[in-house]
Amino acid sequence: MEVIKGRIWKFGDNIDTDLIAPGKYLGLPYEQLLEHILEPANPDFPKKVQKGDIVIGGKNFGCGSSREQAPRGLKDLGVGAIIAESFARIFFRNCIGIGLPALTSSDISKHFETGHEAEVDLRNGTITNLTTGKTLETSKLPDMMLEILETGGVLEMLKQGKL
Amino acid sequence: MGMTMAEKILAVKSGQADVTAGEFVTASVDRVMVHEMLAFMIEIYERHNIPKKVWDVDKVVMLMDHYVPAPTVDAAEMHRKMREFAKETGLTINLDGKEGICHQVMPELGFVKPGDLILGTDSHTTTYGAFGAASTGIGATEMIVVFATGKLWFRVPETIRFDINGKLMERVTSKDVILDIAGKYGTDVAQYKAIEFHGDTVKDMSIASRMVLSNMSIEIGAKFGMIPPDEKTIEFVKSVTDEPFTPQYPDKDAEYENIYQIFVDDLEPKVAIPHSVDNVKSVREIEGLPIQQGFIGSCTNGRIEDLEMAAEILEGNEVHNDVRLIISPASRKVYRDALEKGLIDIFVDAKAIVCNPTCGPCWGGHLGMLGKGERAISASNRNFRGRMGHEESEIYLASPATVAASAIKGKITDPRYV
Repeated sequence: MEVIKGRIWKFGDNIDTDLIAPGKYLGLPYEQLLEHILEPANPDFPKKVQKGDIVIGGKNFGCGSSREQAPRGLKDLGVGAIIAESFARIFFRNCIGIGLPALTSSDISKHFETGHEAEVDLRNGTITNLTTGKTLETSKLPDMMLEILETGGVLEMLKQGKL
Repeated sequence: MGMTMAEKILAVKSGQADVTAGEFVTASVDRVMVHEMLAFMIEIYERHNIPKKVWDVDKVVMLMDHYVPAPTVDAAEMHRKMREFAKETGLTINLDGKEGICHQVMPELGFVKPGDLILGTDSHTTTYGAFGAASTGIGATEMIVVFATGKLWFRVPETIRFDINGKLMERVTSKDVILDIAGKYGTDVAQYKAIEFHGDTVKDMSIASRMVLSNMSIEIGAKFGMIPPDEKTIEFVKSVTDEPFTPQYPDKDAEYENIYQIFVDDLEPKVAIPHSVDNVKSVREIEGLPIQQGFIGSCTNGRIEDLEMAAEILEGNEVHNDVRLIISPASRKVYRDALEKGLIDIFVDAKAIVCNPTCGPCWGGHLGMLGKGERAISASNRNFRGRMGHEESEIYLASPATVAASAIKGKITDPRYV
């Protein structure tokens, strides 16, 4: 869990949960919704995303509805981490809760492009662009959140009697 | 150092004498609300093999409002599974889809009290801040944790204060105030923070108008959107519940991260243009833009005072030929009150389409979707791209007065001059 390696998918500011998990597909069975995750922002995304890929966002990533299908959809499609300039609160909580690392880094949009390869080091709080060699600092999560991520999310914590 | 409302409530609920912004606490919740997100919770329960268990069956309010009545077989299946869950776990408060939109129904039926800590599987759960509660939205997985334990971790938020003073013009509403704030300060001004709304304008507002400020607090990123309870709040809450409660007020020396002074004497009707809630202009600046749909309803603006204002404008008029106006009272009670006041007659005579209470039109779930290139003016809360239908449609957010005036004229119209 501590080092995450994959390809970059870059998005802009205010990527809301309607763009991530569009309302018109929320009524479908979840497996079908997965085919439309982030589709309005990049139609290739749900088709081509691979396990370990890293989503990069601008400001206020995940704003809007609390629908957990948004972060869970990303995770279930294989996304290994999300790095954004900032996150909307509920989306951030949802990510940690389901065991999907979500870190902030203020200059992230300047140094990463879709298709680059990158590596995230959760504990040390860094992301390295393996295509360009540039390393940026990310936020360091409090130990409490790292424990949740390392356990595999709050449901695992619950099962293990840690909550 | 004194404490803010958020700090006080989180201190009480985590059993501590005091807490400070930035601290992590585990707090006990007083009440939770789940709507159709419960269907997704059930899927997660089953997939992760978690026993379906509720720590206190009297504290959960379960209802349906996003797909009411069920527009598809898939939605009907969600509802069926929710009802099954309620029976299986022994929930005592299952309102089904009968009462209306969660954030209207919760306070109306006495499930919201000053000083409470309330969680809901809906981002607009911030609405109960209007009653002096600390309330906020969470996702399905965390609600499973709350169902199991009655508790959740919180980071004690910094608090910012909006001091709102002055007298609003005729047909300028709390919706215009909060859109103006979003426009001036941006959708992340309150990111992770608690808001306290103070000032004479807020004191003068009805409970319904205050709810709009708290409701839309999430649109500027807030965790809580709180208003210190006053005699109006206490009177309202006592009229709907006999349960005891302890209001919390900020200390005089509480620490605020920022205090914003807002003066509303000259505030004009506002509109948030596509595709962001902070993309705000005065209605005057974009007046004349043709529209094809109007919507009055949702947890933001589907209350009786909203319908009264719309009726005042629509009475004796007809909705423009090129426009369909959809009106959905926020709850059964609002619907009943609107019937008694003759508002539904006015709407029907004006050729508006009156729907049952539902979240449907606001979030593009069902009822009143937009086609390609269509433009709507809506008294709801989000104008995200494609939210109400086609990805190439546009949503303009405004007050119910502006929506009603625009629906008559067929174009975006300042309600002060209709």
